[in-house]
Amino acid sequence: MAGALALGDDALVLSHRLGEWAGHAPVLEEEVALANIALDLLGQARVLLSLVGDEDALAYLREERAFRNTQLVEQENGDFARTVARQLYFSVYQRLLYERLAAGRSEFRALAAKAVKEVAYHQDHAEQWTLRLGDGTGESHRRMREGLDGLWKFTGELLQPVEGVDVDWQSLGEDWLATVTDVLERATLPLPTGPRSGAWTAGAGRQGLHTEPFGRMIAEMQHLHRSHPGASW
Amino acid sequence: MATVTAGRQAPDGADAAAAREDGRTASFNATVAADERIEPRDWMPDAYRDSLVRQMAQHAHSEIIGMQPEANWITRAPSLRRKAILMAKVQDEAGHGLYLYSAAETLGTSRAELLDKLHAGRQRYSSIFNYPTLTWADVGAIGWLVDGAAITNQVPLCRCSYGPYARAMVRICKEESFHQRQGYELLLTLSRGTPAQHAMAQDAVDRWWWPSLMMFGPPDDESAHSAQSMAWKIKRHSNDELRQRFVDICVPQAEALGLTLPDPDLRWNDARGRHDFGPIDWTEFQEVLRGNGPCNDQRLAQRRRAHEEGAWVRDAAAAYATKHAPHPPGEDPSPSGAGTVADTPTTPAPDTEATA
Repeated sequence: MAGALALGDDALVLSHRLGEWAGHAPVLEEEVALANIALDLLGQARVLLSLVGDEDALAYLREERAFRNTQLVEQENGDFARTVARQLYFSVYQRLLYERLAAGRSEFRALAAKAVKEVAYHQDHAEQWTLRLGDGTGESHRRMREGLDGLWKFTGELLQPVEGVDVDWQSLGEDWLATVTDVLERATLPLPTGPRSGAWTAGAGRQGLHTEPFGRMIAEMQHLHRSHPGASW
Repeated sequence: MATVTAGRQAPDGADAAAAREDGRTASFNATVAADERIEPRDWMPDAYRDSLVRQMAQHAHSEIIGMQPEANWITRAPSLRRKAILMAKVQDEAGHGLYLYSAAETLGTSRAELLDKLHAGRQRYSSIFNYPTLTWADVGAIGWLVDGAAITNQVPLCRCSYGPYARAMVRICKEESFHQRQGYELLLTLSRGTPAQHAMAQDAVDRWWWPSLMMFGPPDDESAHSAQSMAWKIKRHSNDELRQRFVDICVPQAEALGLTLPDPDLRWNDARGRHDFGPIDWTEFQEVLRGNGPCNDQRLAQRRRAHEEGAWVRDAAAAYATKHAPHPPGEDPSPSGAGTVADTPTTPAPDTEATA
């Protein structure tokens, strides 16, 4: 169940962040695309959390320290480039993970087989925007680079083995780095340098240690549900 | 060259041009009279074109601005199921905006131009979206009442004389009907829930009822465009007729919900076979139209901000498209600026016949 909780929280939290874009996207097509990705992730979250217990109790009644998502997905949206960078890092990870789970025999097999099609689309969307922004204008190149650099330190945790998720994490990590390196090269962007994890980021989110913006995010997410204990919606 | 000689025709040119104009007008009128469709390449009177652009732009803008009051609750939706429904709805609205801008573009305008006019306050959007969403129940009230009013208005547009608009409306009305049922179901759940939830639902209906009735526009004797629009079969029914139809639909639905409508004069009139209802506060309506509603400033400011803050993204997409165009820029047959994300035409509505 620890695995389902970790993967479910990743999807739930990133979906919420993408939902914050509604009405703020740079073009109408991105209103549709970002909402589409958010909906896919929310769908995955509901399946995964339901493997653990009641989806709403888990989403709305746990406190910050009980969430098991990685710190990457809880990072604030920032500008469009930062959102794209977060999505690129995460979608590549999720595609590689779900491909492996879909080929395996675990409890995640059915979900992964369905979701791998969705996350392949998410990865393509993030890749296409990474190319456009990286190889677009001087300003978009600078912003894309800042987005990628700023989130780099959260990528180490993303590739740490998750308890209860039985895949070859070593090869997943290698494939992730190869894929991201290839996309960034095509986008004329340098691979970020610097540590990919530190004392606080190596597996911290998976242990319920989060960054400060996360508490505010779940306060907003949970307040209505918590204001009406026991109510149905 | 044709463009040079067009203004200096043969001696009988003026008469011939007038005869041609008469013929085209007669053909246009005959098409409209026969309930057939005017298509983008057909000749049409300039005033018909202008009227359609105005109405379709306003309609598209309403979808886009209308995302805001509902998106306001996405991050606070009280269950994951409701959150998914709301996200899908707001996504649909962006899609409806896209259809409608595409349909308007068939008349020779562009999405960029229409958005500029919206941002400059030179084109309108529906007055309803200048009201705030203060509680979760407002999401349900918008679904039931606002989408309900929109559907009552829009179903006749599926038979509008302009083909691209009519076809866009067929698709839009299907999705809107789905949203409306979901909104109704949301309110029903609240109404049958805890006393606090029931009170929340009643309060939302109290606040959204009158603004929803205003969505049908001014009374018939004060509606500037109605007569001409009806003659052209852009519009099929008068504002007051559609408003009456909506009231008659809502009364039994409110009873089924276990909620009341905030109108002491609302009662069945046996003689008319319809419901009588109280006077609408047209002063409030005019104030909202003039920009003095509760959220006018914030709605437009957010739309402008999203557009301005997204400018560098659109510029990047355009620059990338130019760099990676199949031909070198110097040999590119397309005009500059083509291929930007904002200018890329979206898939037009399929050529299905309206059945509504």
